[in-house]
Amino acid sequence: MPMPYYVSPEQMMQDKAEYARKGIAKGRSSIAMEYDGGVLFTADNPSATLYKISEVYDSIAFAGAGKYSEFEHLRKAGIRHADLKGFLYSREDVTARALANSYSQSLGTIFSQEMKPLEVEILVVQVGADTQPNEIYRISFDGSIIDETALAVIGGRSDAVLAGLKAKMSGQMPSLKAAVGLCAAALDQAANQKLTPEGLEVAVLERARVGRKFRRLSADEIRHLLSA
Amino acid sequence: MMKFPHLPNADNSSFCDLLAQQHPEVLLSRMGAAPMEAARSGVPLSVPQATTVLAIKYQQGVVIAGDRRATEGFQIADRRIEKVFKIDDHSAMAIAGAAGPCIEMAKLFQTELEHYEKLEGMPLSCEGKANKLGQMVKANLPMVFQGLVVMPLYVGYDVKRGEGRIFKYDITGGRYEESDYHAIGSGGKDARNTMREHFQRQLPEADALSLALVALFNAADDDVGTGGPDLVRGIYPTAKLVTAQGIADVPEDRIRTVFDGVIAARRSREV
Repeated sequence: MPMPYYVSPEQMMQDKAEYARKGIAKGRSSIAMEYDGGVLFTADNPSATLYKISEVYDSIAFAGAGKYSEFEHLRKAGIRHADLKGFLYSREDVTARALANSYSQSLGTIFSQEMKPLEVEILVVQVGADTQPNEIYRISFDGSIIDETALAVIGGRSDAVLAGLKAKMSGQMPSLKAAVGLCAAALDQAANQKLTPEGLEVAVLERARVGRKFRRLSADEIRHLLSA
Repeated sequence: MMKFPHLPNADNSSFCDLLAQQHPEVLLSRMGAAPMEAARSGVPLSVPQATTVLAIKYQQGVVIAGDRRATEGFQIADRRIEKVFKIDDHSAMAIAGAAGPCIEMAKLFQTELEHYEKLEGMPLSCEGKANKLGQMVKANLPMVFQGLVVMPLYVGYDVKRGEGRIFKYDITGGRYEESDYHAIGSGGKDARNTMREHFQRQLPEADALSLALVALFNAADDDVGTGGPDLVRGIYPTAKLVTAQGIADVPEDRIRTVFDGVIAARRSREV
């Protein structure tokens, strides 16, 4: 009679984590960066219709990296969470913190209980009202959640992109133009080619907007911001 | 279908369905109360819709307006209630019927359209929005037998066609497009009579707004359920303009100016 083979829990978790990390590193990077008027999102995304960055609620946005089908499901679940909460309570009671916690719990449960972990890394970002600080949460495939400041990078060679950006950033909050320039240059470097405005997905959470603060930038606007 | 623990799961883009699945207790129409005595005995239902709301097409789009009165039997329950709601960047609705369910439907419809737009990455078409509202009116049918009618008048700017459109409904969710103007509520007939006499296609904005307010004034004159301008408290009907540029509230001083003119003209006839 064959012995059922044994895999230690440590080994199993390690294997799962490695599997997920590989999947996420295969893709391209997305960046969230604070600027003087809110939060900027920039992604290396050749598709004009399959988005990596999306609106969730009035002042909350989502960015996903890794396997599209998986983070797209998470994005939709997040919008459902936010819209339900806003309807049952009030619009101001919908917070990035609560949403990030739900994502964290969900990803953590799936990582420990399912055979295949999700190959995703996501950002949940809330632009602060008036003088309130912005909130940037980075959530990994295993549910670990990190509260970032100023800058966060997910997907692809995220460590390299992050190091490149940190080296170039001064301590001051950049303008939108400067921030788009920095992010585009960092993505160019990671991709080893000059990305066109059409190859970039750019969106902002603009603090000054009334109501829904999320806005996508058109290729023309990106071109204009990238021009010297 | 992937299921996420600790997050709401659903298999379509409808917020109404999501709410019914996750929190059915908050939806009146899902409470399933027994019909009123009158409905069971076959006596025709008289459904209270003490209100006048109306919409008129003009050159740039549609003006939608409504009075401010809410009644409870022979009492005035509220003098400042809002019956015209902005729904999204290109649509507005006005409602007649029981105040609570009416406001709930407007809020639900707002959330429904925003929810769809965010999930699908694009807004519903004008036609799609009008149809969705019809389904919501239909879902409310059980409540009609409780005497809780919700009757919307929907106005949208159809970006593809480049024109404003008006939709009316019946209690079963039937949806009918109006080509020029329409009014609903207890004073709806009086308002329609006024509009029929003075309506012209392609009116300028100022004339369309005046006609809307005169129609409301006449409705308030003949219908106890409709409030006219309250000169003592300074409460006036509200109006919104639905155009390619979006939804704009007509400022109160502009509405007051129109009513001042109407009242002066009526007074001069009495001397």
